[in-house]
Amino acid sequence: MKPQTVYDFPDVNGKFGIYGGKYVPETLISALDELEKLYFEVKKDEEFLSELDKLQKEYNGRPTPLTYAKRLTEHFGKAKIYLKREDLCHTGAHKLNNALGQILLAKKLGKTRIIAETGAGQHGVATATVCAKFGLKCAVYMGEVDIERQKLNVFRMKMLGAEVIPVSSGSRTLKDATNEAIRDWVTNVSDTHYIIGSVVGPHPYPMLVRDFQSVIGKETKLQILQAEKKLPDFIVACVGGGSNAMGIFYHFINNENVKLIGVEAAGYGLDSGKHCATLTLGEPGIFQGMKTYLLQDRFGQVSEVHSISAGLDYPGVGPEHSLLKDIERVKYFSVTDDEALEATLLLSKLEGILPALETAHAVAYLNKLMPETKKDEIVVVNISGRGDKDLNTIINKIGDNVL
Amino acid sequence: MIKIAEHIKKINNFEKKALSIFLTAGFPSKENFVEIALLVLESGADMLEIGIPFSDPLADGPIIQASSQHALENGVTLKDVFNYCKKIRAKTNKPLILMGYANPIIKYGIKNFCRDAVNSGAAGLIVPDVPLEEYESFYNGNFNDLEKILLTTPASSDKRIKEIDEKSEGFVYCVSVTGTTGMRKSFDENVLANLKRTYSIISKNKMMIGFGISNPENIKTFSPYCDGVIVGSAVIKKINETKNIDRISGFVRSLSLAAEGKM
Repeated sequence: MKPQTVYDFPDVNGKFGIYGGKYVPETLISALDELEKLYFEVKKDEEFLSELDKLQKEYNGRPTPLTYAKRLTEHFGKAKIYLKREDLCHTGAHKLNNALGQILLAKKLGKTRIIAETGAGQHGVATATVCAKFGLKCAVYMGEVDIERQKLNVFRMKMLGAEVIPVSSGSRTLKDATNEAIRDWVTNVSDTHYIIGSVVGPHPYPMLVRDFQSVIGKETKLQILQAEKKLPDFIVACVGGGSNAMGIFYHFINNENVKLIGVEAAGYGLDSGKHCATLTLGEPGIFQGMKTYLLQDRFGQVSEVHSISAGLDYPGVGPEHSLLKDIERVKYFSVTDDEALEATLLLSKLEGILPALETAHAVAYLNKLMPETKKDEIVVVNISGRGDKDLNTIINKIGDNVL
Repeated sequence: MIKIAEHIKKINNFEKKALSIFLTAGFPSKENFVEIALLVLESGADMLEIGIPFSDPLADGPIIQASSQHALENGVTLKDVFNYCKKIRAKTNKPLILMGYANPIIKYGIKNFCRDAVNSGAAGLIVPDVPLEEYESFYNGNFNDLEKILLTTPASSDKRIKEIDEKSEGFVYCVSVTGTTGMRKSFDENVLANLKRTYSIISKNKMMIGFGISNPENIKTFSPYCDGVIVGSAVIKKINETKNIDRISGFVRSLSLAAEGKM
C-alpha cells in the first residue's frame, strides 16, 4: 500500500515545498507578520467565521449553484458536465469571496485605507464593493492597457467610490499594477491594507486567499455528492494567478481519484512568445514577493506576456500551483486566445451562460478533455466569472461574425 | 580585498561621514557608465553602489525605475555589470557594492554570482527583496568575501534591528523612510527619531542611511545619526538633466563637502 501523506501546505515558513516565502523589502515584514498572526487567530474565531459566513450568504449570494450543463454534455456526448457558477456571485466573479474575507481582516487590523491591483477589473470591482459596504477608502491600481480593454469595470469601480490609478510602467498590465500596489503599500503600510486579488505575493497571502476561495470547492463537493452520490472525475479551472483554481481544487487535493486540471492562457500560441503559459513554459524564479514559476528571459528579466483576457495576462502564478505542478497533483495545459473566444460563444449558445474570457479558457479545454472521458464520468468546470465586461474585446475581435 | 567597514572607519576617523553614490549600471549608456562612475568617485564619493537593472524593481521610485528600464533597453546584462566593476576597480581602491533584485542573481546562479562578483572586484551585495527570512535559502551556503549587506527600515522592531546587525556584513543599510527610493521634500521628526533609535541599537556594524537623501542639507541633518549616507536618485536625476560633466561633478562635490561637515 502507498503511504498516506496528507497534503498540508504552506509550512511554518510560508513555503509550498521550495516555493512561496516572503521575498519582500524589509519594510513589509512587520505588516506581513501582523497579518499572519491575526489570520491564524481569526481562523479559529467563531465570531469572525460566522460574520464572514453571513456575508457570503446574504451579500455575496452563496452558495452558488452547481448547474448540470445538459446541452454542453450532449454536444460532446461523453462525460456529464457540471458548471460551478461563480459567475453568479455578487459583482459577477469569484473575486468577492476573497475581498469579503480580507476586508474583515483589514477592519480588525484597524486599517483605514485599502489598496488593490486589478487586471480584468473583477478584483478591483470586488475590492471597491467591500470598501463601499464597510466605508473604507479605496485605491485600485490598473494598467493602462487594461483600463482600455475593461472600461466597463473602470466605470463600475469609480461609481463604487474607488480611485482608479492608471499604471503606465512596463507592459501596463496586471504585473505592473501589482508592482505599483506593492510600492504604495511599502509607502503607506501603517494605515493601509493591501487586498491582493489572487493566490500570489508573499506569505501569508497565497494561503489566506486560497482559504477564502476554498469555499468554492467545499460547496462543489457537497453539491456533486448530492446530485451524483460520488465525487467528480475531473475538475477544470483557468489559471492566471490561480485563485479560482486553488479555490475549487483545494478541498479535493487529498481525493486522489479526482483529476485536477489547470488551464493557462496560450495567447497567440505557445510558439509565438506572446502567451501567459507560466507553468507550461516558465522556470522557477523570484517575483513579487514569492518564489514561483515565472516567464522570464535567460537573464532573469520578467517577460512581456500576452493574453486576450486581462485577468490571465500575468507572467507569474501562485506558488502553490508551482508545487502542485512539481508533485504532479494538478496537470496544467493551455489554450489560445482564439480557442477561448470560440468557447465563449459555445457556452453562450448551448447553455445561455456568457463566461468571462478568463473562464472561457477552462471551457475551451473541454475540446481536448472530453473525447478522452467516458459516459459514466463527471467533469466539473469552474465558471469563475461572467463575460459582460468583455463585450468590447469580443466585438473588436470577431465583430459581425458572431451574428 | 578591501573590507567595507574598515574603509568607512578610516573616513570616520577624520570626523567625516562616508558618502556612497548609487548609479544604475549601464546608465546613461553602456559606453559612458564607467566614465561617469569614475567621475563620481573622483568628485568625492567614498564608495560606489552599482545597481543591477531589473524589469520589476519593487523597492525603487520613478527615477531609478526609469534608469533601470533604460539600461535594460540598452541590453545591459550581469556580464556587463562585472566588466564595469573590473574597469572601475582598475582605477580605484574604493569599495564597489552591487545592488540587485533576487531574480537575475539566482538566474545567473548564486554560486557563480558570488564568485564572479568577487573576481571582478566587488566588495559587497545588497538584495532588497531578500529579507532575513529568506537569507539562508537565498545564499544557500555561498558565503565568501562578498559582504552581504542587510537593510533596516522604520518598520523594523528593535529586536529585528539587532538580528539584522548580527547578520549583516560591511555595514547596515538603514532605510530612512517607509517607501521606495527617490527624493523627498522633507523629513519629519519621526524620521529623525527612528534614525536615532536605529543608530543606538546597531553595535556590530557601521550604519549608512539611504533613501530620499537628495542634497547637502539632508546630509547635514542626518550626519549625527549615522556613519555615512547613500545618495542615488538625486545623482541619477542630475545625470538625466545635464550632459555637463562639470555640473555632475560639482553636485557630487557638494554632497561630499556636506559629508565632511564643511557646509
